[in-house]
Amino acid sequence: MKVAVRLRVNGQDTELLVPPYKTVLEILREDLGLTGTKHGCELGECSTCGILVDGKPFLSCLALPLDLEGHEITTIEGLAEGSRPHPLQVTFAELGAAQCGYCTPSMILTAKALLDTDPHPSRAAIQQALAGVLCRCTGYLKIFEAVELAASRHG
Amino acid sequence: MLRLPPLRYLRPTSVEAAAEAVAEHPGAMLIAGGTDLVPNLKRRQFDAPVLVSLRGIAGFDGIQGEPGRGMVIGAGATLDQVATHPALQTAYRALAQAAGFVSTPQIRHMGTIGGNLLVDPRCNYYNQSAAWRQAVGYCLKRDGDICLVARSSPRCWAVSSSDSAPVALALGAELTLRGAEGERRGAAADLYRDDGIVYTTKRADDVIVGIHLPAAPAMTSAYWKLRRRGSFDFPVLGAAVALDWADGMVRVARGALGAAGSRPVEVSHLLTPLVGRRPDDELIAQVAEAAEKPARPLDNTDFSHYWRKRMTRVLIERALRDACGLDPLAGRLTAQTRSGQAA
Repeated sequence: MKVAVRLRVNGQDTELLVPPYKTVLEILREDLGLTGTKHGCELGECSTCGILVDGKPFLSCLALPLDLEGHEITTIEGLAEGSRPHPLQVTFAELGAAQCGYCTPSMILTAKALLDTDPHPSRAAIQQALAGVLCRCTGYLKIFEAVELAASRHG
Repeated sequence: MLRLPPLRYLRPTSVEAAAEAVAEHPGAMLIAGGTDLVPNLKRRQFDAPVLVSLRGIAGFDGIQGEPGRGMVIGAGATLDQVATHPALQTAYRALAQAAGFVSTPQIRHMGTIGGNLLVDPRCNYYNQSAAWRQAVGYCLKRDGDICLVARSSPRCWAVSSSDSAPVALALGAELTLRGAEGERRGAAADLYRDDGIVYTTKRADDVIVGIHLPAAPAMTSAYWKLRRRGSFDFPVLGAAVALDWADGMVRVARGALGAAGSRPVEVSHLLTPLVGRRPDDELIAQVAEAAEKPARPLDNTDFSHYWRKRMTRVLIERALRDACGLDPLAGRLTAQTRSGQAA
């Protein structure tokens, strides 16, 4: 049985007919074609599926669509402004802060949520904020540095 | 993709309607943040033909009152809200600490304090995929007829793995429950049963509405958590203590242990030697040694249960020292551990 759901994703309203038990991760990837959001453990243990809901880091693999009606969903596809990448996307690329790249969308979104509330975070605050996102290439150092570089360019 | 089974999803807009919806639909379950329920349901650890979401209820997440008179936390408040609330951080510090120690920032933005009080007790033989559980022949908690941790046991030994539950006991919190038949209020301690399957006294349609924290003008508290990683992991042990002070002396001492049984384990009766005293290093160490007694870790979580038992007194000592304003890691029991010797 499908239900009508109205979601606002990256500033665009979309109306979908989906089963109510289909997670937001599945809907983003399969119904909206937004495959920048990755599926990892799908159990809330890796945060690879991270999105922003009203600017806060959320796990799309555990979120059900009806609960996100009326909320602002941001995925990695919504970060660039036209052809201009987000400052974090620039610094992640510059510093090679992505190895296999699988955790990168969630890392960048989570870092954006941090910088939006704390434009000049300490290294400890960055570590805290990103603690939920697993990188199995063990590339955390470059990730922290990319967040710091983006923060320093912010002025 | 690991998908949920087909189910109906209801979104009532009041607590009363939520309670009634669960009462009307056999097998229905309440869902708030979903961070415990959804992964468990994806692995088919239970069935839920109907989920009743509490996220459409307005005003379910308020945090009200002040420490001088007592505070009330709406059960729908997120763990992040509880962890970062200034009044909770100071007057009811153990609760803010416990909420802040739950899993990851993402989970804390989604998960609620009411849901954390009700975390489904965990076990190495239960929190597994359907295929894994089938391969070992299932356990008492789901689809099987023996407990794989204690094979001759008539009961399930799944472990209470909530960070906030032992703190609720230590703080003397009360809960308001609203069911289809009305509202009632009782001690948080009365919510829990010593059983890994039927782990609460709550009826399926009972919604936790609010968590009432008693007036605490002179209370200090602390929560210490043991786990493999500093983020993500459930507790394999938690120690919550709350001390009420008068004239520099302990007036009331309360405490409870998490992940030491199928329910939060009360140790307040073992903390009474602190009452009327100004606790020093040695008194705290002695009390902590005695207070580990009711902890009965079994071999069904991360780490060996011998080590978890040995660490119980250490964690109690750290929590007590913390609540007394002493360096938590400078106690005699910590010095006996390998990490203490390295420090």
